[in-house]
Amino acid sequence: MYKFLIANRYLRTRLIALASIISVTLGVATMIVVNSVMSGFSSQMKDRIHAILADVMIETTNTDGTPDPRQLMADVERLVGAEVEFMTPTVEIYGMISFDWGGQTVYRPVTLIGIDPNGKNHVSPFAGHMMSRQKIILDDELIRGRLRDPNEPLDWELTDDARATRKDWIEFENFRDQFDNQYGNFESPVSAPPELLSGVEAAPAIEPVSSFSLADPFDDGSSPEIQQVSGSSVDGSQENDSTANGSSANGSSISHERHERLDGTGGIQSFRDPFESTRIAEQINPMDPLPARIYVGAGLVSFPYKDKATGKTKMIYMVKPGQDVTLTTIKTGKPEPASFKATVVDFFKSGMSEYDSNLVFCNLEQLQLARGMLFSPDPSRPNEGLDWRDGAVTSLQLKLKNYNSAGDVVRKLRSGLSPHTGTFQVLTWEQKQGPLLEAVAMESAILNVLLFLIITVAGFGILAIFFMIVVEKTRDIGILKALGASSRGVMFIFLSYGLSLGIVGSGVGVVLGLLFVRYINQVEAFLSWFTGRKVFDETIYYFREIPTLVSPMMVFWVALGAIVIAVLASVLPARRAARLHPVQALRYE
Amino acid sequence: MSQPSVISMNEPVHLRAKALDKSYRKGEHKVPVLRGVDVKVNRGEFLSIVGQSGSGKSTLMHLLGLLDVPDVGEVWLEGTRIDNLPERTRDELRNNVFGFVFQFYHLLPELSLLENILSPLMIRYSIWEYLRRKSELKEQAVEIAKQVGLDHRLRHRPSELSGGEMQRAAIARALIARPNVLLADEPTGNLDSRTGGDIMELLHKLNEEQQLTILMVTHDDNIARQAERIVRLSEGRIQSLNEAAQGVA
Repeated sequence: MYKFLIANRYLRTRLIALASIISVTLGVATMIVVNSVMSGFSSQMKDRIHAILADVMIETTNTDGTPDPRQLMADVERLVGAEVEFMTPTVEIYGMISFDWGGQTVYRPVTLIGIDPNGKNHVSPFAGHMMSRQKIILDDELIRGRLRDPNEPLDWELTDDARATRKDWIEFENFRDQFDNQYGNFESPVSAPPELLSGVEAAPAIEPVSSFSLADPFDDGSSPEIQQVSGSSVDGSQENDSTANGSSANGSSISHERHERLDGTGGIQSFRDPFESTRIAEQINPMDPLPARIYVGAGLVSFPYKDKATGKTKMIYMVKPGQDVTLTTIKTGKPEPASFKATVVDFFKSGMSEYDSNLVFCNLEQLQLARGMLFSPDPSRPNEGLDWRDGAVTSLQLKLKNYNSAGDVVRKLRSGLSPHTGTFQVLTWEQKQGPLLEAVAMESAILNVLLFLIITVAGFGILAIFFMIVVEKTRDIGILKALGASSRGVMFIFLSYGLSLGIVGSGVGVVLGLLFVRYINQVEAFLSWFTGRKVFDETIYYFREIPTLVSPMMVFWVALGAIVIAVLASVLPARRAARLHPVQALRYE
Repeated sequence: MSQPSVISMNEPVHLRAKALDKSYRKGEHKVPVLRGVDVKVNRGEFLSIVGQSGSGKSTLMHLLGLLDVPDVGEVWLEGTRIDNLPERTRDELRNNVFGFVFQFYHLLPELSLLENILSPLMIRYSIWEYLRRKSELKEQAVEIAKQVGLDHRLRHRPSELSGGEMQRAAIARALIARPNVLLADEPTGNLDSRTGGDIMELLHKLNEEQQLTILMVTHDDNIARQAERIVRLSEGRIQSLNEAAQGVA
């Protein structure tokens, strides 16, 4: 009984000891905050990576892919069919995106990924990262609400906004083309070398004034039919233009200039040429998007811009959904470029800048077609009846029923699929992003070691102060022993004293740490206000708020570790107290 | 007053020191403190050990009270040798058989007076037993505080008490354990003569009313003479046994 009473009284009267555990408190609080933020970051990062990657990926070593996806899928089914919930093919290839912005053409290197939206939807939660399905918030101000439900399955449809953008954009492009044309004419023919170079010098009389309405079908330049027309007209068959329009007057240089621009993009046009006249008869609305449609990583086409006047940073998008861009990649077999135009359906923002500033997702069949991995069954209707199974794919993405079996699946696939030739690489998403995830794990481990050292240092503080208290209390220890207290009892006083200090210290630390984590964004806002500098810049981290994830086990272990250190630090002083000789202790004045 | 002596005839001596030797180490040198001391203490006796500073009287008391172990010699209680018992048993004996009163009172400054008085019982009982019997034990403590005249000061800290009050509290603390022998080391040494007289009066009262065996160590002959019997110690040896104690003789 006396042990608790005396330990309790010491606890209440020795404030210096409480001071010594402030460092324990701070250490515990820091560890909880750091671990929560780190695991918040890493779980967000994993979510983001996983949004793009599937559980397991089977990739061909060769960029030409495997020509027989049916066989590959059958093999996978045979090897690990029981574990696989869904599989979807992709084609991954390097490429380049180009688009007009501010009067100049912007080029960006990209990785083009051909996907089947339905399949992609099944293997990874990619759809939720589409910008049209997210709110856009800037400085706590809602700029734009969701345009689509985030849970809607992925598809290549344009949103109403994108349609409206597309309409405006096409009209603007038409107008600009006409204006350029007029302007070019007024200047002098010499000042417009592209026209001359492209062989448009054959163009008949220029009638800019009349061309406004008539030029439209040509100028939208976005539907493939028009591309075909343009392709043919450049080939010199001027008649096609007139027949197509049913009007002879508009074989104007407007369309020619347009043609010339489109021409470079028509990598897949050559074999369609003979049929274009029939195609044009069934002309589709020019406002309709092109058959090749893409999701573009937001980072590829945007950049932050700080408004000097308001001091606010906003994102400037150089392309908007609904516009067309040009994609260039390589054909299979030979190193030959293949270009095609595609309509931007949406942007995606996974939050991993590696992906957002690099990836372009395209519909699988169109990419296969462009690369010559797939040929249309009916050349007269090149965009119909396409089936990716007939072409080549470069990878299969698998969704597993249970991710825990991933290691097993990978092993089976590695040994089952061409074990000797090395045609395929099989990786889980974690292995694919291994170095990054490992770096984060390593960082977190090192931080934990360092912070735990801080708590250990605090432990030595406790040790020193406890020795002091034992010296100060030598006489009292002698009295207790004279009154019959055992050595173990005296030791227990100091051990329980240390234990109580540890519990108080780490308890307060846990509360402080959890409060800090809970209100970390308010703290960040305050620090930003106080220092006048943004502590956590959302445009750098892609997070609006600092992500945190509190793991109860982590809190438990940190608190327990601190308590154990406090108890260990009190062992030596407690032993010293227990070994004090009562007579010497009583003589001590 | 003859009764105690009759008992002591039939029973073994209450507390007895046999040829105690004790020396302390000071660096290289061994400093002898006691050299073959024999003391018999009878039940209900008020014995004072008197001697100058350094004569070894405190050490003798510590050895008798099991606070220390003799180099040579034995300590017997009721016919049982107690100096060589295991530490746990010695702790228990100190708690149950001996009550200590010190010159500097040695109260625990963190505890209230009541808690100080209760401390031997807190040490004796486990936490559950103590809590179960708490009110009963508290009553005992209040009762004993009344005996020493401190019942109006129970909630005070030792630092708020006067020297005399602190010594009374220390005596109350020694008494609550219902000891067989009270060992008092210069109980009046730090008090003025009047307060010291009060304390001596209290000790006499306890000795007479409760037949409590008291062994008092002092350097002051005037104080020593108030005891029944005096043992004079000089340079670690007994000078004279049974020197007349004026009060009783």
